[in-house]
Amino acid sequence: MSSTGVGVELPAGEAPPPPPRDSAFRRALLPLSFLGPALLLLFVWVVYPMVATMWRSLFNDRGTEFVWLDNYEQIFTDERLQTALKNNALWVLIVPAAVTAVGLVFAVLTERIVWSTAFKISVFMPLAISLFAVGVIWRIMYQQDPDRGAINAGLAAIQGQFGAEGVLSQASPSTDDLTGSIEQGFELDRTVQPGGVALLGLTAIRVPEIPEDAVQAVKPEPLQGGITGVVWRDFKAGGGTPGEVEQGELGLPGVTVELRDSAGDTIDETKAETNGTFAFDQVEDGEYHIAVASTTFAEPFEGVNWLGDKLITPAIMFAFIWVQAGFAMVITAAGLASIPRDTLEAARTDGASEWQVFRRITIPLLAPVLTVVFVTQIIGVLKLFDLILSIAPGSTQDEAATLAFVQWQVSFSGQNRFGLGSAIATFILILFIPFLIVNVRRFRADTS
Amino acid sequence: MTKQRFILLALLVGVLAFLAAGCGGDDDEAADTGGTTEGGGGEAVSGNISVLAVWTGAEGESFQAVLDGFKEENPDVTVSYKSAAEPATVLSTAVEGGNPPDIAALPQPGFMTDFAQRGALKPIDFAEDKIKEGFSDSWLDLGTVDGKLYGLFFKGANKSTVWYNAAAFEDAGVEPPADWDAFLEAGDTLKASGVTPYSIGGADGWTLTDLFENIYLRSAGPEKYDQLTKHEIPWTDPSVNEALTEMGKVLQSGNIAGGTSSALQTDFPTSVTQVFADPPKAAQVLEGDFVGGVIADETTAEPDTGFNVYAFPEINDSGPVVMGGGDVMVMFKDNPAARALIEYLATPEAAEIWAAKGGFSSPNKNVDTSVYPDELTKKTASELANAEVFRFDMSDLMPGAFGSDALFTLLQDFLKTPDDVEAIQKKLETAAASAFKSS
Repeated sequence: MSSTGVGVELPAGEAPPPPPRDSAFRRALLPLSFLGPALLLLFVWVVYPMVATMWRSLFNDRGTEFVWLDNYEQIFTDERLQTALKNNALWVLIVPAAVTAVGLVFAVLTERIVWSTAFKISVFMPLAISLFAVGVIWRIMYQQDPDRGAINAGLAAIQGQFGAEGVLSQASPSTDDLTGSIEQGFELDRTVQPGGVALLGLTAIRVPEIPEDAVQAVKPEPLQGGITGVVWRDFKAGGGTPGEVEQGELGLPGVTVELRDSAGDTIDETKAETNGTFAFDQVEDGEYHIAVASTTFAEPFEGVNWLGDKLITPAIMFAFIWVQAGFAMVITAAGLASIPRDTLEAARTDGASEWQVFRRITIPLLAPVLTVVFVTQIIGVLKLFDLILSIAPGSTQDEAATLAFVQWQVSFSGQNRFGLGSAIATFILILFIPFLIVNVRRFRADTS
Repeated sequence: MTKQRFILLALLVGVLAFLAAGCGGDDDEAADTGGTTEGGGGEAVSGNISVLAVWTGAEGESFQAVLDGFKEENPDVTVSYKSAAEPATVLSTAVEGGNPPDIAALPQPGFMTDFAQRGALKPIDFAEDKIKEGFSDSWLDLGTVDGKLYGLFFKGANKSTVWYNAAAFEDAGVEPPADWDAFLEAGDTLKASGVTPYSIGGADGWTLTDLFENIYLRSAGPEKYDQLTKHEIPWTDPSVNEALTEMGKVLQSGNIAGGTSSALQTDFPTSVTQVFADPPKAAQVLEGDFVGGVIADETTAEPDTGFNVYAFPEINDSGPVVMGGGDVMVMFKDNPAARALIEYLATPEAAEIWAAKGGFSSPNKNVDTSVYPDELTKKTASELANAEVFRFDMSDLMPGAFGSDALFTLLQDFLKTPDDVEAIQKKLETAAASAFKSS
């Protein structure tokens, strides 16, 4: 393909070969013609936008005024960007190491199990899903309401097995006569003597929780030498009169009522009938308190607030590790397969324990592979954006944000703050440079 | 030169030429629209005009039906309709390139102001009398930039509505309240009946801004509303304090479905569907007329028996006041055919074509409300058209850094601590001051 090749083909006696100056030009032209289109595209799509972004980052948001480094100053002063910087640091410190470690553990373990291919496929599978879709899936899984979020539904089922059982999950007193809370029970303020009648009105009871056998509530007659009363849903359409047992208001069967002495200790308890009435027979003279027991109320499971401001970043990190573990496992497993078996055998023959073999031989030999995984993950983490957008609800986006996310948020989510956005983009590029250098050096070392 | 090298060079030249052509753009077809023959009048216009709007799918078909109605009246005019997901972006490019459509619908009046101030729009004062017949002053003011009428609001949205679970209201014996005190009282009664009164889609910040705007427009009045929109009064103003205090009464954790932390994770569609779940997680959701579409698409609730709607309650005798949105028709090229189309779109007949197909509210008060396909749309649409005062969604009129960012997150913070009104006011003012300064 070179000019000398052409020269050789020339039959003797014809025109002399072209002058050397021309041939040098031609020699340069050929590689240029191959590289040209690629270089041009590289310039148009990579170099020019990069330089233009850096230049743009020195202007204000509308691009009308040169503001020097004001935008960069904002990166270090703006509250949201500070959170993002902190989150970025957390991501870089935790996630690449975690992904590499999980990948290594899976790779070593799958070498030893029977169904290793099936296991590998199932760990690798999430990588086939787009990160945005992964985010949508986890956003639903993480929902706090156990009726919506799979994880909290699971936790609720476990808690339902061991938690307290009760006929109601929530209620509040209908008048000021009753005080207390669901945790302590609701106690009647005034004391009751034998022969007295206690009215325990409750409202805010969820309609589906009204016991099926409940019938019209009845105010019981006083009982000689005993204390009677009624516990009922003190609500009818429109509200009704609080504190009065009215037509249309239902008793609350199954509610536990406690008889407490003047010291506040429970001395007896009973359950309400279908019409809400209850009775304590043969009560000695004295002053008593009547209370709706806290055991009436099943401990409501609120659900873990995965998407709240405290747990949102760990929650997104977990989703990311879930995706990337498969990648790390496959690369590490490939590295593992290429480790010379005889070295391992030699170590074992010399009496090394399995842990020593792993620690002293496998890991050092795997180090180049682990570095590749680690560096790839750092780069992936630094540019992370889509998982945050799809998992974090609007209310905790600021708490979950990374630099790449804020860069998108300020530039393209309707804010049009392109000055600041360009500055953040440039800043991320600067953060990338050390890892790029490491990667290029490694690449050179590999090829030489 | 050998054959091989010639081919290589030719290829290189070809690639370069291709790239160069890509940068050139197509400016050949700039000037064939808007051709007219006879001028003036309103009769016998002819020509080709182009219209650009955001509507696609069923909405696109409905709008095409409206344009077909125009074609019937003006058989010599050919109207070509094109939709764009981001009309403002497409139009910016088209205006730069000197080739905008004749008429476009913009989703926010801010874009109209922008284009008008850049000199890209033609005033539509020729149709002013016709528009005055059907539209209240609020709509004319919204369509006016620097004293000239540029915009006709063809499609409106009523965001001053409350959608409720009819069975939950009936169980609690509650009637749709007309004023704010009755509204809060109804909330207490609903709570006592065992249903959480309100459903809040707190994961989406705009649901909270809509609630605030509805309260503020009523408690502070339209003048203050306009001033706050332009940041002529600070967010630390006592009127803001009053509105946020009232809003805080709604946002108490015990009053909203799932409590505060769950509400912060509830997106808008879920905030609607959970009101019509069985059993309902809340009795009512405070959002605009588009809630009706979500209920119809995603729940099995039937109108009247399952769900119903009432107007956002009055505060301090605020009267029939509506906060909402709308699509504004603007004219980029002045020619008789375009003028005729603007005049046509201002007529009740044009609006009725789409109104009959559903998913549409007309701000035109002369539209025959009996054409709306159901009672509830009829109700919300006539409230919109007959409002004495209409105000556009405030957050859409403010700089993006505040109206669609800081305001969202700060009202979400307020949802977390609804009793801490003054702290939120201070933060709102700081954010607003910096956003309005840099825009």
